[in-house]
Amino acid sequence: MGRRQFALLGLALLSPPRTAPAQAEPIAIFAAASLKDAFTEAGAVVAQRRPGFEVRFNFAGSQQLALQIDQGAEADLFAAADDRSMRTLGEKGLLADPAVIFARNRLVVIVPAANPGRVDRLSDLAKTGLKLVLAAAAVPVGRYSREALDRMAGADEFGPDFAARVLRNVVSQEDNVKAVVAKVQLGEADAGIVYVSDVTAPVRRVVRQLAIPDPYNPIATYPVAVLARSTHKPAARAFVDFLLSAEGQQLLERHGLLPAAP
Amino acid sequence: MTWRVLLARLATALAITLCLGLIGLPLVALLLRVPAATLLVRLADPLVLAAIRLSLVTSLAAAGLIVLLGTPVAWLLATRDFRGKRVMEAVIDLPMVLPPTAAGVGLLLAFGRTGLAGRALASLGISLPFSTAAVVMAEAFVALPFFVGAAAAGFREVEPRYLDAAATLRASPGTTFFRVMLPLALPSVIAGATMSWARALGEFGATITFAGNLPGVTQTMPLAVYIALETDLDAAVALSVLLVVLSLTVLVAVRALPLGPAGLRRAHRDAR
Repeated sequence: MGRRQFALLGLALLSPPRTAPAQAEPIAIFAAASLKDAFTEAGAVVAQRRPGFEVRFNFAGSQQLALQIDQGAEADLFAAADDRSMRTLGEKGLLADPAVIFARNRLVVIVPAANPGRVDRLSDLAKTGLKLVLAAAAVPVGRYSREALDRMAGADEFGPDFAARVLRNVVSQEDNVKAVVAKVQLGEADAGIVYVSDVTAPVRRVVRQLAIPDPYNPIATYPVAVLARSTHKPAARAFVDFLLSAEGQQLLERHGLLPAAP
Repeated sequence: MTWRVLLARLATALAITLCLGLIGLPLVALLLRVPAATLLVRLADPLVLAAIRLSLVTSLAAAGLIVLLGTPVAWLLATRDFRGKRVMEAVIDLPMVLPPTAAGVGLLLAFGRTGLAGRALASLGISLPFSTAAVVMAEAFVALPFFVGAAAAGFREVEPRYLDAAATLRASPGTTFFRVMLPLALPSVIAGATMSWARALGEFGATITFAGNLPGVTQTMPLAVYIALETDLDAAVALSVLLVVLSLTVLVAVRALPLGPAGLRRAHRDAR
């Protein structure tokens, strides 16, 4: 590289990046892994309506996202799969507005279409030698899954040692719900517990679902809040408004989530 | 000194400082975060101890497997020319740059119970995913190039006249390898084995994807760190610090070895 080019490169590095169109508001949304499909579509809809609206998503386990935000990650909006991670941020004064519930979710048992473990009813989850994959107890869906098993253990149908027998079959505790789906989808696990919303159209083609009846099904609530350090609060609030609108609620429902109000 | 020389020196010093800061600051930050007292308490937790034990067992097994399978490969690459050698070298190096999660998906599709080779294994009653053996395979996959590269470099440095001398004394190829080549290249082989062991110790993505995460069975230290991040930052920091200390010890130890015949020559020169 000649001296001239070197100088040009230096200039290029020093000069500020070319500015985006005047009204661009690229916002960063940190959202629970289970919201991936719904939020990606919602982002596209809002972008159509709001000129200059651009969105960057970071999907991961809720606790992990809360940790990243706490440690100073640049995020404008946080949507979690349980109250716990949202509460932690609230206590640290990191939320601009109080969190609002925008959706709810239910659990479902999924098994590969070929059903290698012969899981036909919920009680089969306790069969010895079954390969069951759950999310780790540290992530919301993992906690809800264990709560569902505990509730079943309280019913005569399953028996008091049901939860313990099922947990003995756990071959892996995944760090997020999408990893549980993947292990069942690939046929490596005999069964897994995930959110209803995770069983998207492509997943439905390769898995069977076993409904968990209401009395045993803990309903997950999803809070969302604009973050105190956000530099794009109006755009972030526009996204929340869309989620809470009739249209937004319908979109979430299409992705298997339940509406915010029971 | 002209201003240009001064500028160049300043730029160099700045680059070095930034580079060391990039690597060094996170290490310092980790060490500062946990006081020694709680560190020991954290590490005595049964789940943490299980992760430590599993990490040591699987990474040592992976290093053993790598040496066993990788030595012939390194010998082949160092001593023979053949069609497709470049391709073979590239394939062996691939795990170094491949995202480990992609490696894990590949391992699942190959050795999972519906995978290419997995179906045959399943009919024999062998199921690899979610097993400790899967952890060893994932670690061996990502750490193999570190050994093959170093060992092949060591074999290449062995002077051909020693091998010729052995041949004129009617030593069989096997004897020549074990009595002449391997001893001369031993420092490189040991350094490569140690580096691959250290890499296996830090393996995360391929392991959690292929082997899953279950305490005592497949949850190695890096997985325990990641899961602890979800709930208990202090536990995650304690485990990270332990990993840093272990890995750093290994890397310093490798540098203390005279690396290959070149290193031996350097050692001789230094001795004079």
